[in-house]
Parts: sequence; structure tokens; C-alpha cells
Amino acid sequence: MKKTHEWLNDHGDYLYRFALARLRDSHAAEDAVQETMLAAVKSNSFDGKSSARTWLTGILKHKIIDLQRKQIREQPLSDLIDLDASDTSMDDFFDKSGHWLDKPQTLDMPENALEQKQFLTILSDCMDKLPAKLAAIFMMRDVHETDNENICKELGITATNAWVMLYRARMGLRKCLEMNWIAG
Amino acid sequence: MKIMLTCKQASQIISQSLDNPLLWSDRMRLKFHLFICDACSRFGHQLHLLANAVKRIKNETENDSTIQLSLEAKAKILNAIASKNH
Repeated sequence: MKKTHEWLNDHGDYLYRFALARLRDSHAAEDAVQETMLAAVKSNSFDGKSSARTWLTGILKHKIIDLQRKQIREQPLSDLIDLDASDTSMDDFFDKSGHWLDKPQTLDMPENALEQKQFLTILSDCMDKLPAKLAAIFMMRDVHETDNENICKELGITATNAWVMLYRARMGLRKCLEMNWIAG
Repeated sequence: MKIMLTCKQASQIISQSLDNPLLWSDRMRLKFHLFICDACSRFGHQLHLLANAVKRIKNETENDSTIQLSLEAKAKILNAIASKNH
């Protein structure tokens, strides 16, 4: 028990930030830390060979994947592919002959630090507007750099589903950035 | 197989290229399309920018020491552990 207090005091904030950076939701991140602590107490397998932080982070990574899987599975995938079309339909982007309706604009990371910060804030807001499941799979792939095969395995989806979701997520995000970022 | 891609097809292939190595035939068709299409070239650039920018957001969150577990959350976690152990 005393150990647990120590772990939470020494590593709790670090674990929380680690989880928040990946789950982008403070409640989910708190849950992940709690699950990690419970698992740590229960397993009692800390051997002292690695640091406590490394050991706890290892447990946390699994908890994060569990939560991401839950975020994505909350809604049947069939709904996601077919019905989510309302906000991320590809028909909004192309005409019948496959031409861009609005041609993509030049987007660059601003050079000045303040503008960079604004740019990243807008992108964060865009991520929050994305349907939760699309955001989760996008985080797994483009941020976690989980390879596609493992995404499919972990989520129990086909390769086709995975790429459709990734395509939609990226399409939605770039459009949102274009609409909300006004280059100085 | 059609040599000319539409922009819609090209955008799909560009997105796929971030995840898997492309087939030789797709790679060639995409190369040709991008040679003549500035809009899709900009789209490809946008996707790379996006991936780099979200990684930066992740790293900044991870390293921002002002982000901390709230006292309530800590208390809640300790309570959960205590109740599991009794």
C-alpha cells in the first residue's frame, strides 16, 4: 500500500500526461491511470530490474489500447462506415467525375512560435470535432505509429475498414484546418 | 487498367501511401498524376503536415509539467485501490 502512494506521487502526473497525450480526454486519461495503479498493485510483478516508471508505463500502454479499442467499438463499425457519411462524406469533397470541389490550399507550419501555437490549438479543436472513433484510429496510426496490421488485429476490423476510416479522418482534419487557419 | 487517375482516386492512394507501401502500378499512376496536378500535390503535403503536427501536440502534452492529475483524481485512485484491497 505504501508503495502505491509512492508510485502515485512520483509518477502519477507523468502517467496522466502520457495517457492524456494519447487519449485526448481527461476523464479517460484519469481512468487509464487508475486502471494502471490497480493492475500494478494486483500483479505485484515489479522486479526492480527496470525503473518503476518504465514498468508502470508498460502497463499503462496496454490500458490505453484497451480504452482506444472501447472508444472505437462503442459504435458498430457498419454504422461508422455507412452512416457517419453525414459529416465526412467524400461527396462533400469531389464532384461526380472525381474532381476536387474545393482544391486543397497550401498549408504550412508557421515559422513564428506564437503562430505555431495558434495553429496547433486549431488542429486540437479540429481533432475534438472529429467523430470520436475516427479520432481514435487516427491517433493510433499517425501518432502512435501503430502499423496497420496491428490496428486491424487490435480493433478486429478489416484492412479496408481501417483505410477508409483513416482516409476520412485525414480528409476531415485537413479541411477543418483549411477552414479555420488563416495564414498570417 | 486506366492510366489516368481522378483526383478522388489520387487522394485515396496518397492516404494509403502513408500506411502501406504502394503497388508499383499505383505508384507510377500517382507519380504521373502529381506531375500534372498541383491540387493533389498540395493535398499530399497537407497530410504530411498533419501527421507531424499531431505528433507535436502529443509530445508537448507529454512534456508539459503544468498538466497534472487533480487532487480529486488522486484521491479517487487511492480510494479505488483501498477498496480493492479490503
